[in-house]
Amino acid sequence: MRLASVDARGLALGLNPGMTLADARARLPGLIVHPADPARDAAALSALAADSEMFTPMVALDPPHGLMLDITGCAHLFGGEAGLMRRIRHRLRQRGHMPVLALAPTPDAARALARFGGADCLSAVGAETRALPVAALEAGEEVLLALNRAGLKDLAALEACPPGVLAARFGAGLVAKLRRVLGQDNARITPLRHVPACLAERHFPEPLLALEAILALVKRLAGDLARMLEARGEGGRRFELSLFRSDGRVQRLVVETGHACRDPAVIERLFALRIEALADPIDPGFGFDSVRLAVLASEAFGQVQPDFDGHRLEDLALEDLIDRLSTRFGAARVLRAEAEDTHDPVRAARFVPAQRGAVMSLWPEPEPGEGPRRPIRLFDPPQAIEALAEVPDGPPLRFRWRRVLHEVARAEGPERIAPEWWRVEPGTLARDYYRIEDAEGRRFWVFRQGFYGHSGQPPRWFLHGLFA
Amino acid sequence: MPASMADSSADLAFRRVRLARALLSDRTLPADPAHFPARVSFGLPALDEALQGGLARGALHEFHAIEGADAAAAGGLMLALARRAAETRPIVLVRQDFLERETGALYPAGLPELGFDPARLVVVRARDVVSLLQAGVEAARCPALGAVLLEFWGDHRAFDLTSSRRLALAAQDSALPILMMRVAAPATPSAATTRWQVRPGLSRALEARAPGPPCFRLRLLKHRQGLDLREWCVEWNRDRAVFESRHAGPAAQNYRHDRPQSGGASLSRAVPALPADRDPADERADSGLRQAG
Repeated sequence: MRLASVDARGLALGLNPGMTLADARARLPGLIVHPADPARDAAALSALAADSEMFTPMVALDPPHGLMLDITGCAHLFGGEAGLMRRIRHRLRQRGHMPVLALAPTPDAARALARFGGADCLSAVGAETRALPVAALEAGEEVLLALNRAGLKDLAALEACPPGVLAARFGAGLVAKLRRVLGQDNARITPLRHVPACLAERHFPEPLLALEAILALVKRLAGDLARMLEARGEGGRRFELSLFRSDGRVQRLVVETGHACRDPAVIERLFALRIEALADPIDPGFGFDSVRLAVLASEAFGQVQPDFDGHRLEDLALEDLIDRLSTRFGAARVLRAEAEDTHDPVRAARFVPAQRGAVMSLWPEPEPGEGPRRPIRLFDPPQAIEALAEVPDGPPLRFRWRRVLHEVARAEGPERIAPEWWRVEPGTLARDYYRIEDAEGRRFWVFRQGFYGHSGQPPRWFLHGLFA
Repeated sequence: MPASMADSSADLAFRRVRLARALLSDRTLPADPAHFPARVSFGLPALDEALQGGLARGALHEFHAIEGADAAAAGGLMLALARRAAETRPIVLVRQDFLERETGALYPAGLPELGFDPARLVVVRARDVVSLLQAGVEAARCPALGAVLLEFWGDHRAFDLTSSRRLALAAQDSALPILMMRVAAPATPSAATTRWQVRPGLSRALEARAPGPPCFRLRLLKHRQGLDLREWCVEWNRDRAVFESRHAGPAAQNYRHDRPQSGGASLSRAVPALPADRDPADERADSGLRQAG
């Protein structure tokens, strides 16, 4: 067993990662050890990454235990680069971490400075970077050994070598890495999460506790967003609220709208409903340090032109209602009907989420003077009934459904509906549908599956729907 | 000519006012009393007169189905009424999930057969009665709708005087009718303006004993203004979108047995099964014939 990592005091006492546990114990009998758990380390790092999003939306993991933040255009919000570093260091120390921070023009330079520079560092590429040991290029043991043997100890020495010679001896990768560390080439980081088109946020000197205050703040942030969206001629379809708790937990809430929207009152109301519908309510803990509202998806948004009789406004009022209901109960529970051009009764109609927008469907026209041909309730799957019917294709005379006997007073049929052969397994039986009414006036849609005398068993009867 | 010109200019003025009001009120459209009458009529004079013009628009109305098998009839009646109330406006229907298992899922392909356009329907599937009532209030506050329909099973303590009052107030504010179906539920106190019992009626047979248009037996159980509690048998005429009178069938006669006999032959209001425009003697004369149907 070996030591995976050692804290600062351990290092000071001469322990090193990679040392065997027996050696370490021999030196320091009072050594406290915990088994290494890479999975939990990774989870903790992800949580830190989410929390770091309060400083910039561009955050990437830098394994094994680093985070890479692209702070382009963010530093001035926290009092400049030095202020931002102070803020980040303070936040991490609060949570018990001992961070080493480095700020540099390229990600590779920052990584090299943080890992091999030894102390916190804020630098344009200069003396600090050039003084880094060649190990900072992380090129592997063999290359490191070869470089050391050649007397190349630091990056300044490497830089002095002609790149062609280095590339011929150690490969083009080393030269490219050297250029990136020295800031001559820039590779952008890939942020963990998609960077939103627009976002608005507030940071607080004191943590915010009251939910009402958060909602009021959401409205103000939405007002900021509305101005940004207006300048772009867009409206948001999906909004995300991120609440950064002072202990580092990040809670995210997402609401969607059925149409492009930038009305702060509507957005606030949707979030209020969303919060109300949460299974476990928001726990502010010791309060929120910062709140961010981002537009995750947006689309073109035209100013509403009310038409002459106000129908367009009515449509909008309905869409707002659908958004509110969908936010509260889930989009899969607020539905509109859509017709399918098929004679299979089960597939002829289906429900789709209403937020997807109005659907144009052609429903079959009823025949004037006739009774209804299709029921208003359908059982899926059809319910088995015991029926007594005339052979071969008469309607049932009486039938038993859910232990109640119904005497048939009126009947019409059969309407034969064959299965769609291109869709079902061969051997699926055709159905003869009957519309029947019992002596009480209840109207049923029943069918016989298969025909008399075609196979050994008599065909079975099912109740498929109920008429009004 | 002059009359129709006056009509159209009045219409134009009305639309202008409506538009101006819509713009001023920031998207909230007040339901227009000029456009939507204060009552939802059945289109059947005998019934409408007895109800003083029909069902009040900005109010809650309960429709009770005694058992699950009657729920489809109550649902059909409510859709037909919503069709009359809403004209071309959208309708929100909130159903409890439990009903799906017990009385079948809503089947949109059957709605045009009642003269109801499924494109105007927004369905909300509610997990329980609490969320059903929440969705109902939320929908009832939207004045762009034509009607709100709620359907749930049984008795639930979430539905009491307070919550029904909340619904009724929301309905009043936006002048929307809320039609609520209750299946297998006792008539607990509520803020409903009317309470009805709905059962299917034996339909008028078409050729070759085919079932005809849907027929409902309606029994008024409660009316806030203390109107006569009576029973009607009505048929829904899909093509004209009105209810028509249908003479009570044999089942309605069975129904009379469990009523307390009051005053023997005095037929002032003790025989709810009779439509208002029929002579009782007439009914006795041909009852045998109808029983045979």
